Amino acid sequence: MEYFLTDVQLEIKELAHRIAEEKVRPVVHELDESGEFPWEIMKVLADADLFGVYIPEEYGGLGGGVMEQLLVVEELSRVCSGVAVSYAASGLGAFPILLFGNEEQKEKYIPDIAAGKKLAAFALTEANAGSDAAGIETTATLDGDYYVLNGTKQWITNGGEAEVYTVIAMTDKKKGSRGASAFIVEKGTPGFSFGKKEDKMGIRASATRELIFNDCRIPRSNLLGREGMGFIVAMKTLDRTRPGIGAQAVGIAQGALEEAVKYSRERVQFGQTISSFQAIQHMLADMATQIEAARALVYATARMIDSGVKDFSKESAMAKVFASDVAMRVTTDAVQVFGGYGYMKEYPVEKMMRDAKITQIYEGTNQIQRNVIALELIKEYASKKR
Amino acid sequence: MKIIVCIKQVPDTTEVKIDKETNTLIREGVASVINPFDLYAIEEGLRLREEHGGTVTVLSMGPVQVIESLREALSMGADEAILLSDRAFAGADTLATAYTLSKAVEKIGAFDLIICGKQAIDGDTAQVGPELAEMLEIPHVTYVRRVHGIASGQITVERMTEEGSEKIRFPLPGLITVVKEINEPRLPSIKGKMRAKKAEIPVWSASELGTDPEKTGLQGSPTWVKKVFTPEQKGGGEIFEGEIEEQVAKLVRRLRETKIV
Repeated sequence: MEYFLTDVQLEIKELAHRIAEEKVRPVVHELDESGEFPWEIMKVLADADLFGVYIPEEYGGLGGGVMEQLLVVEELSRVCSGVAVSYAASGLGAFPILLFGNEEQKEKYIPDIAAGKKLAAFALTEANAGSDAAGIETTATLDGDYYVLNGTKQWITNGGEAEVYTVIAMTDKKKGSRGASAFIVEKGTPGFSFGKKEDKMGIRASATRELIFNDCRIPRSNLLGREGMGFIVAMKTLDRTRPGIGAQAVGIAQGALEEAVKYSRERVQFGQTISSFQAIQHMLADMATQIEAARALVYATARMIDSGVKDFSKESAMAKVFASDVAMRVTTDAVQVFGGYGYMKEYPVEKMMRDAKITQIYEGTNQIQRNVIALELIKEYASKKR
Repeated sequence: MKIIVCIKQVPDTTEVKIDKETNTLIREGVASVINPFDLYAIEEGLRLREEHGGTVTVLSMGPVQVIESLREALSMGADEAILLSDRAFAGADTLATAYTLSKAVEKIGAFDLIICGKQAIDGDTAQVGPELAEMLEIPHVTYVRRVHGIASGQITVERMTEEGSEKIRFPLPGLITVVKEINEPRLPSIKGKMRAKKAEIPVWSASELGTDPEKTGLQGSPTWVKKVFTPEQKGGGEIFEGEIEEQVAKLVRRLRETKIV
């Protein structure tokens, strides 16, 4: 499909593709086995300017938007989504600062993130606060010119590896979700440590860890926006980054389709390649069609966000739900095309199936996304917007 | 420090097919790339610039399409690029190429170091670098796998030989040709690509270089390609077994038989 990308977008896509093929592909299996954080690849992405594609030029970026960012995510995911999510999570940590930070905060933190010198991370989830984000228990108490953080964040992507963390904590528990605030916390701050690194089913190259705050004092100036804005910061950030999960899903599915087509043309049964059987052909056709539909929705949503429209929660949720469900189906079918070989670790598709599963879960489960879509739909009709 | 890197555009051999009748490359429709060994030369130039300051100028001779390869060099971070292109340069062998490059280097003016890849993957001669150095009357060292350092107008390098390596120090300006062991070439950056896209690449013709028509192109090329063929594989040698005295005795006997001694 022709998506009419700009020259710069084509350059970004092509370079991300080249890095994925030349630097990521040779180590995919090794990274999946060891679960080691891909620092060398992060360095290559940084040198290629790819960490800055969505960041304004005044902070050292390339001045693009969500579209540019997700082109990188898609190309990396096509080869290894563990690498892709490590790249994307830095954006997830940076967006709260870009969207709600004051000039001083932006100037202090964004240029290093744009240059890839520092990775960022976003910390909302806790053991008892997943889909029910209002249940967070981490607190931030004002003490003179400092906020004192206490509590534990769970499953934080880039945890331990990132230098800059945006953390959501309760400044006023009585107010429920309106009592949450967003803070910037730097790695190395006394009282801030990391818990165990999770042993995951997929995206194993990415780091997922606990953040532990134990009387961690951070300057009052590290508050993002105002007190009580924590949930708005989180929701506006996630609205903007969810198409990135869609792009990750599209990338994984694309990689799986390519492997399936290639294999079906090599594998011979009953004296002919299995690609000559209609049963296989129809599976491949459905896989390709679903991927193209998902990509079109993800790109359209990204362009909508970049155009500056105000509200895009619904579309953003749709892009994430649709693309991640597609990725799960397509990767499952890719394993099916490979048959028994697809189940084996020597072949690439079982990893893609493991990687695809998380896209239905994180950055808001697909069930929560459907809630968001339905709520927006009902709201629209109630207010007779249509 | 002023560094000049000479590059050649070659057909992408990963895509190239061989004409079975003539045993030559089928060049039609094959993408062109920077000669892989020249990528190491560019990378080394960029690294030396990062360490010592200065500029990297990339130089190439060829048809206008070579501008694409020069842009790629710029996108990796080279400061400027110059193309030498003229119908009079067409059909050049290594001697005529080195002569044309030498005239361009003279036109550029003062420089400290010229870096070339050890050889081009299409011609495999490894001659242009050394010939260029001779014409410019500067010292050169081939097959460099490591630059140890540059200090007080001298460069210290390690070159690969069949037996091992040699460490050589020589005065600048000079020329080195590099092997793939020297570094890992960087990929271009997006900012580099944007800059390269806008960059003006001057094209110097024969009249601008003031080249002697007798020394350029086909006319200036004494090399005649009579036949292109793959040399026959040499035998795998002979291994003498047994105790060391036995082996020596067998070897000496064999050397006598073959009248080597």
